[in-house]
Amino acid sequence: MSFGRVLTKRLLLSLATLWLLSVMVFAGGQLLPGDVGRAMLGPLADARAVANLNRELGLDRPLLVQYWDWISHFVVGDMSMSYAYRSSVAPFIMNALGYSLKLGLVAFCLVVPLGIAAGVWSALHVGRAVDRIVSVLGLSATVLPEFVTGIVLIIIFGVWLQWLPITANWPEGSGPLTQIYYLLLPSIPLVLVLFGYIARMTRAGTIGVLDSDYTRTAVLKGLPWRVVLWRHVLRNALLPTITVVATQLGAMIGGLVIIEVLFHYPGIGSLIFAAARAKDFPMLQAGVLVIGAIYTFAALAADILHSLLNPRVRFGGAE
Amino acid sequence: MTDPPGNGFEAADALEVTELDVAYRVRGREHRVLRNLTFRIGADESYGLVGESGCGKSTVALASVHYLPRNGRILDGDIRIVGRDLLAMNAGQLRQLRATTVAMVYQNPASALNPSLRVGAQIAEIFTNKGANAGDAREMAAAMLERVWIADHRLVLDRYPHELSGGMQQRVAIAMALSVNPRLLILDEPTTGLDATVEAEILDLIGQLRREYATSLLFISHNLAVIARMCDRVGVLYAGALVEEGPTAELFGDPRHPYSVGLMRCLPSRGRRKDHGRLDTIPGFLPPLGAEIPGCIFAPRCGLVEEKCRTDPLPLYDVGKGRSSRCHFHERAQSLPRATPDGIPAVSAVDRSKPAMLRAIALSKTYGKARQTVRALSGVSFDLWAGETLGLVGESGSGKTTLARLLLGLTAPDAGSAIELDGETLGATTEVRGRKQLKSLQIVFQNPDSALNRSHTVRRLIGRALTRLARVPPSEKAARLLELTRSVQLADRYLSVRPLQLSGGLKQRVAIARAFAGEPRIVVCDEPTSALDVSVQAAILNLLAELQARRRVSYIFISHDLGTVRYLSDRIAVLYLGRLMEIGPAERVFSGPHHPYTEALMSAVPTLDGQIGGCVRLSGEIPSAVSLPRGCVFQTRCPRKLGTICETEEPPLHRGVEAGHEIRCHIPVSELPAERGKGSERRRGTARHPVR
Amino acid sequence: MTVAAPDDMMADAAANAASIWRDRLRALSRSRTFVIGAAIVLFWIACALFGGMVVPYDPTAPDIMGALRPPSPEHWFGTDSLGRDVFSRVIVGSRDILMVAPLATALGTILGVMLGLVTGYFRGIVDDSLSRVIDALLALPIVIIALMALAAIGASSFTVVVVIGVVYAPIIARTVRSAVLSERELDYVAAAKLRDEGAAHILFVEILPNIASPILVEATVRLGYAIFAVATLSFLGFGIQPPSPDWGLSISQSYGMINGGYWWPVLFNAIAIASLVVGVNLVADGVQSVYES
Repeated sequence: MSFGRVLTKRLLLSLATLWLLSVMVFAGGQLLPGDVGRAMLGPLADARAVANLNRELGLDRPLLVQYWDWISHFVVGDMSMSYAYRSSVAPFIMNALGYSLKLGLVAFCLVVPLGIAAGVWSALHVGRAVDRIVSVLGLSATVLPEFVTGIVLIIIFGVWLQWLPITANWPEGSGPLTQIYYLLLPSIPLVLVLFGYIARMTRAGTIGVLDSDYTRTAVLKGLPWRVVLWRHVLRNALLPTITVVATQLGAMIGGLVIIEVLFHYPGIGSLIFAAARAKDFPMLQAGVLVIGAIYTFAALAADILHSLLNPRVRFGGAE
Repeated sequence: MTDPPGNGFEAADALEVTELDVAYRVRGREHRVLRNLTFRIGADESYGLVGESGCGKSTVALASVHYLPRNGRILDGDIRIVGRDLLAMNAGQLRQLRATTVAMVYQNPASALNPSLRVGAQIAEIFTNKGANAGDAREMAAAMLERVWIADHRLVLDRYPHELSGGMQQRVAIAMALSVNPRLLILDEPTTGLDATVEAEILDLIGQLRREYATSLLFISHNLAVIARMCDRVGVLYAGALVEEGPTAELFGDPRHPYSVGLMRCLPSRGRRKDHGRLDTIPGFLPPLGAEIPGCIFAPRCGLVEEKCRTDPLPLYDVGKGRSSRCHFHERAQSLPRATPDGIPAVSAVDRSKPAMLRAIALSKTYGKARQTVRALSGVSFDLWAGETLGLVGESGSGKTTLARLLLGLTAPDAGSAIELDGETLGATTEVRGRKQLKSLQIVFQNPDSALNRSHTVRRLIGRALTRLARVPPSEKAARLLELTRSVQLADRYLSVRPLQLSGGLKQRVAIARAFAGEPRIVVCDEPTSALDVSVQAAILNLLAELQARRRVSYIFISHDLGTVRYLSDRIAVLYLGRLMEIGPAERVFSGPHHPYTEALMSAVPTLDGQIGGCVRLSGEIPSAVSLPRGCVFQTRCPRKLGTICETEEPPLHRGVEAGHEIRCHIPVSELPAERGKGSERRRGTARHPVR
Repeated sequence: MTVAAPDDMMADAAANAASIWRDRLRALSRSRTFVIGAAIVLFWIACALFGGMVVPYDPTAPDIMGALRPPSPEHWFGTDSLGRDVFSRVIVGSRDILMVAPLATALGTILGVMLGLVTGYFRGIVDDSLSRVIDALLALPIVIIALMALAAIGASSFTVVVVIGVVYAPIIARTVRSAVLSERELDYVAAAKLRDEGAAHILFVEILPNIASPILVEATVRLGYAIFAVATLSFLGFGIQPPSPDWGLSISQSYGMINGGYWWPVLFNAIAIASLVVGVNLVADGVQSVYES
C-alpha cells in the first residue's frame, strides 16, 4: 500500500471514530430522565411554557432529526443553545479552550523533555541507583490522582511556604511570564502524571534498542559512542515515544478537568464540570465532543509523524 | 600450553584465546559457559568452531570482540587479537581495534542492520569514521556492495534493510564487516536461516573474499558440513569446552573424541536411507547451564566411560598431525559402541499396483483478494500409497507448508482442488470433515513449543487425543496412554509434566504420540526435526522410521534438509514457488537426471568430506510470490534457460526416465544429463535486487 | 531396546520444577515492590474491616463546637468543619472505595474477557465494529465519560461501578483480543481442530489458560486505575456519596478551606489515598514483572 493510501485510510478511520463518538455523546444526553423543559423551568412552571420551551429547543422532534440538526451545526461551529445560559455554547467553549490550552501547553513543554531525558538517562544506567530512583519516582508520580498531588502541592508551596500563588488566575492584564508563573503550580500535577509514563516507555524502548543486534553492529564498527547513541540508538528508540506522548494527551485532558476544578481555573474542564452539575447537556456534549476531536486529531498527527519518520511504514510496510 | 607441533604459527596469530572462562549471571547465580578454552587462529587461517546449541559457540564470538551481554563476565583467561591484549584495552583502544582489525557477521541479518538508516549510509559511516569525506565514503560503499556480488549496487545503496531479501541483507552485513578491512573476521552462523541455494552463494562469496582480503576467519556453525567446506582447522565445542581440535579433513575423516564420533554418526549423510538401518544417537542431554562436572564433561553421555574419566583431571592430549583431543581414550574413540543398535527396521514394502490411498488433485491456494494476490500453491497433484513416505523438498516460498495445511484441512484450497482418501473426497476444512476423516490425517508440526498447549500436562495432551479421535473409553485410557507413550520411547514419569519442562526432543516425542493417538493413515511431518540438534534429530528419525514399519502409516515428510529427506523418503517431490517441479522415486531424484532446479538444490548442499555436491549455482533471489515470473517460474534463475519459450510458456510435467518420475521443464529428459556441468561456470555479479 | 535412558538428566528438572504457578508465587514473595505494596493494601483492608472497632471517635458524629481544631493529642489529625475526628475518618475511609473499585474492575474484567475471547477468535464484523467503539471510547478520558454518564443517570456507588466497569470492559477486551490473536495462530489450536474440538473447547480449555497471565496483569493494573478514578469522581462529587467518610469525598468537602490555612482535614486524607494507590500499583508492578517474563 502506498503512503498516500495509508494516510487516507487513517484519516477516514479517525473520522469514523469521531462520528461514533458523536453518536455516543448524543445518546448520553438522551439518558437524562424526565423532561428538559420541566427540569429547566422548575416544577412550578406552567405546562404550556414547558412545552413551548421544549419546542423552542427542538426537543419535540424525532431523535434522528435532532441528532442531524445538532451535528450538522456543530461541525460548522454553530453549536446549540445552553440550557443554563440560554445562549449558544460556542463562545463559552472557545473562551475556556483558550485557557485550557495555555495550561496544557505549559505542562506539556515541561513534561516531554523531562520525561524523555529521564527515560534515556536511566536506560543508559540500567540497574544503577539513578535508574532505580527514576523508576520508583516515575511509578509513584504516575499513579497518584492529580487532585491528591495538587492538594499536597498547594499545602506545601502555597500555604506553608507561600512560594507560589494558590490560584491559577493571574491578575487582569498580566504578561506571558506572569501567566506562566501562575500556571506553574497547577501544571506540576499534570507533569507528574505524565512524567513517569513517558520516562518508563522511553526507558523500555531505549533498553530494547541498546540490546539490539544493530546497536551491536554499530559498536563493533568502531564508531564513537556519541555516533552510536544518536545515529543508531536514539533514532530508533524515540520513535515509539511519539505515539506514547500523543496517546497520553487524553490522560492529560482528563487531568485538566480535575486541576481546573481544584484551582478554580476557567478552562474547558471547569466548564464541563459545571455543565455536568447543572445537567446543562448542550454545553456538556459540545465540550466533550471538542475534547474527543482534539484527542483524535492529535493521535492522527502523531501517527502521520511516526510514519514519516519510520521508513518501514513510509514505504508500505514490512512484510 | 605450547603450540601443537608442526603448524609453525608466527607471533601475530589473528586470534589467540588462552584458558578463557566466561560466566553468565542468571537470577543472582553465576553459570560458567566457557571452560578453560584455548585455541588460536593463525594469520590467513580459517578456523571453524562447531557444536550443538548451548555449547557456548556464540559466547566465544562475543568474548572475542569484548561485547558480552550485560550479564556476561570474563572470569579468567586471555584474548589476543593480532598479538594485542584485548582485555587490557581501554574504551578508546577497543574502538580503534574494532574500527581497523576485527569485524563480525552474525546469524540474523535482518536484525543486524539498523532499520531506519539506508544501507549506503550504514556502510559509508565506516569510511567516514576512518576520515573519508562523505562523497568518497559513498563511492567506497558502492564499491563494497559490488565486491559482495550485488549487481545493482547503486540501487541498493539507497534501500532500507527491510526492502532487501535475507540473502541480500547478509551480503550487506558482510560488506560492512569487510569495510573495516579486518585481520580477523568472525562469522557466527552466517548462513543459518537462509535458503540452501542462497547459502551456497554466500559461502562461495565468503570463500573468495577471504582470499582477496587475506583475512583470518573464525567460522562458527552447528553445521558440520558447512565447517568442512569453509575451514582449514576445526575445533569441536561441547558444553563450553573444546573437546577436539585439528585440521578439518583429518578430524572429520578420523575423529578422535567420542563426542565427535557420535556427532558424525548421527548425521543422515552419504545417501543413507531408512532401509540401511538406524542412525546412531548420543544418549542423554547436554549438562545444564553452568553445571560443574569433575573430570571429563562428556563422561555422563560417553559409551567409553571408565572410572578415571569421572575423577581425573583431563589434559588436552596431543594426538599428532597438529591434532589434539580431550579424551583419555582418544586412540580408540572410533570404537565407541553404538548407543542405538544398527538393526534394520522391517521396512514394509509398498504395493504401488494397488490404487493410491491418497490423491491430491490440482491443489491450488491463492491468498489475498483483488489486486494483491499471492499464489502460494498452483496445481499440485500427487498420489500417496499406503506405507510409503513422500518427501517434500523446497525453499522458502515453495508452498510446502501451505500444501500441508491444505491436506489437513486447516486452510481451504481454491475451487477446483480436490483431495481423495481411498476414493472418497475429503472436506475442504476441518469443520466439515468428520471424525473419521480427521483421524486419518494427522500432523507433527515443526515447532513443538507452538504445537503443544503449554498449560496442559503430557497426560492431558495425549489423553485428549485418545478420547476424541480413538474414542477410547475412560476405563481403558490409562493403559492405552502408557502403550502409546512407550511406543514413542517417552518415559512414564513425563506424563505429569508440562511441555515447558521437557527438552526439544522429548516435546517432539509427545507431539508424535499425539499424532498417532487416533491410528492415523497418514501423518504429515512438517520439518519435525529442523529445530533440533543433530543428535536429537537422529533419534526422532529413527522413531519415525520404526513407527512406519510397525504401523504401516504413510508419511508426507516436509524438509529443507536433503539428508533427512533422503533418509526417510521413498519418493520425493520438489517444489518451487508453489509449482511441483519434479517428482519421482527418491533415489532417481537424487541420482538424476534431474530438473535444473533440483540439480542446483543438490549442488548447494555441502557434504562432510568438504566437497560440494556439484558446482551449479543459482544466481539471484527467489522471486516474490506476489509477482511470479511469467512462463516457467524458475526461468529467472535457471542456469539452463533455453530462451523465450521459458519466458512465455509454463512447461508441463512430463515423464522422466522411468514411470512415476516426472519433470516440469522444456528441456527433454534425454538432454537433461547431457548438459550437466555446462552451466557450471561461475556466474556471479548477478545477485539482482528485485525492484519493488 | 537399548535406548540408554535418554531422559535421566531431565528427570531431575522435571521433579524439581513444580507447577509454574507455585514458582511465580515464590517469585512474587521475593519481589520487594510486591511485598511492600501488598502490606499497604492489606493494612487498608484491615482498617476497612475492623477500623470501626478501634477508632477513638465516631467517624460520622458531628461536633459543631469542636470544628476545625488543628492536630492535637486528643485529635491526632485534628477535626473537620463539622467537628468530626479526622483520624477516625481516615482510618475507616477506605471502606467504600475498597468495595467500589474492585467490583468495577471485576465487572470490567469479566465483560472484557468475554468480548476479547469472542472478537479475537472469530474476528469479522463484530471485531471491526468493536475496535471502532474502543477507539472512540479511548478518545475520551474516563473522568469525562463518567461525568457525562453520572450526570445523566445520577451519581451513586452502584452507577460508579457500572460506569467504570463498562468503560474498562473494551479496554480489557483489547488486551485479551490481542493475546487471543497471537494464540490462535499457534499450532496447538490447529491440533485441536484436527481433533474435532468445538469453538467453546478451544476458547475456554485451550486458549484461556494460556492468556491467564496477561489477563491477571491487566486486571491488577486496571484495579490501580479504578481506585484512581473512583477517588477522583468522589472528589468531584460524582462518586461515593455522603455521609460516607470516603477520602475523596472528605477532601471535596474541605479543600475550599485550604486558603484559610485549614490544611489538616485535607492533607491526611490525601496521604491516605496516595498510599493506597501506590500500594495497589506496587502490587500490579510486581505481578507484571513476574507474569510477563
